[in-house]
Amino acid sequence: MSAPHTAADGDAILEVRDLNFFYGDFRGLTDVSLDVAKSRVTAFIGPSGCGKSTLLRTFNRMYDLYPGQRAEGQINFHGDNLLDRKQDVNLVRAKIGMVFQKPTPFPMTIYENIAFGVRLYEKMPKSEMDDRVEWALRKAAIWEETKDKLQQSGLSLSGGQQQRLCIARTIAVKPEIVLLDEPTSALDPISTAKIEELINELKADYTIAIVTHNMQQAARISDFTAFMYLGELIEFGKTDTLFIKPRQKQTEDYITGRFG
Amino acid sequence: MNLYSRRILTNRIGITLSMVAMAFGLAALLWILWTLFSNGFAALSWDFFTQDTPAPGTEGGGLRNAIVGSLMIIGVTTLVSTPIGILAGIYLAEFGATSKFAATTRFVTDIMLSAPSIVVGLFVYALVVATLGGFSGWAGSLALSLIAIPVVVRTTENMLLLVPTALREAAFAVGAPRWQVSLKVTLRAVKAGVVTGILLAIARVTGETAPLLFTALNNQFFSTDMSQPMGNLPVVIFQFAMSPYDNWVSLAWGGALLIALLVLGINIVARVLFRNKTSA
Repeated sequence: MSAPHTAADGDAILEVRDLNFFYGDFRGLTDVSLDVAKSRVTAFIGPSGCGKSTLLRTFNRMYDLYPGQRAEGQINFHGDNLLDRKQDVNLVRAKIGMVFQKPTPFPMTIYENIAFGVRLYEKMPKSEMDDRVEWALRKAAIWEETKDKLQQSGLSLSGGQQQRLCIARTIAVKPEIVLLDEPTSALDPISTAKIEELINELKADYTIAIVTHNMQQAARISDFTAFMYLGELIEFGKTDTLFIKPRQKQTEDYITGRFG
Repeated sequence: MNLYSRRILTNRIGITLSMVAMAFGLAALLWILWTLFSNGFAALSWDFFTQDTPAPGTEGGGLRNAIVGSLMIIGVTTLVSTPIGILAGIYLAEFGATSKFAATTRFVTDIMLSAPSIVVGLFVYALVVATLGGFSGWAGSLALSLIAIPVVVRTTENMLLLVPTALREAAFAVGAPRWQVSLKVTLRAVKAGVVTGILLAIARVTGETAPLLFTALNNQFFSTDMSQPMGNLPVVIFQFAMSPYDNWVSLAWGGALLIALLVLGINIVARVLFRNKTSA
């Protein structure tokens, strides 16, 4: 049992307790405990293979798709353990959305890309759906670029636009948490800046958990930062504190570029 | 002879041998096509499409009944094998990655892919024709479906396996259940490839003769009744080509040309579809 690394302020929306993760026999996460604060941005940093993406993928049970992978421990969300077998994973994923490293528009129109997820859980007349699509696209700051071509394929957009479409698609379902798995690592600096701006605006309404390879990005956009190494949570705290006065030697070495 | 000049010599011999092999294959193909086109085009006329197969010893005639029969049998085959093949392919690719049942299905499908078509014909004959007491268009479609389904299953599965994991995960990430992910996202992503598979399956069964000999048999008269023996191009070609009547032999050539052009057309459509998809 490790003592939970709890963030000082804000309500926790996800409480991770003694989480262990296995890829077959390989242990990907060891006794991870932390709180993800509501309506804040929590960043996960660390060298490749440290388990930060693995951790993110336990929050929406994405690992469930693969038979050899399993998680043990607790991730409490509104009093329920997300890892419980009886959890409806589809409902979990509707509440905890995810955006991936590479933009993944569905092979359908821009409009349908947004409406697809909404239709899964809500029945609404066409006019209301139109409003919802516009709302989501506005929220993801891509409405102006797409309003005249909603019936074109989502694949016709540029990489940065595709990624904002994916964010729009995720928030259209009205999740409580948005997981971002290196959302800008396949994008150019301008698109990256737009996404970062967007994250800043979204945190008023959503809790955001972001995995990033880019430490400056974590420092710019997050309220809390978790540093992971070899499947363990080394240090977790307010971003300012962690970057300016890290408590652990490993954290300091990593953020100053001495390894990683 | 030093090592370098020996390498050059080996290279030349290799290239020469492969060119000869290619020329041999190409010559055979061109010869077949030349014979088919020169004999086949001579048979094509207005009557060829509007008259039915002639009785022995009568002049003229056409292949109207066989053309319509073939189109109907192949049409039903397509309607039967497309949904079954696609659904089975989805099962293999999206649902049964590790199950024993899927592994068995995959194995059986592979055997069916290379099963001699005459065996399939005999099977349907014993199972349907002999027990229900009659040759019929339905039995013909059934036999052809058994040949077409494995082709559709494996192309659908192989296409779905090419879908990037990220796209599949993204669809799951909005909370979609597996069947919605399969039907609305991954299948749509490989639509062109799956349609190509269906077209190639149709092309494959279009020229099949043996399964139809045992099942649809033939019908000298125009009929659109699928529960009766039905005229069809491959069996008519088979019978007419070996007959002593000049007009029958000529009609057989015309029928053969028609099938060849149909298969060629399907293949071209399939290639164009697939190329557009892969370049997008």
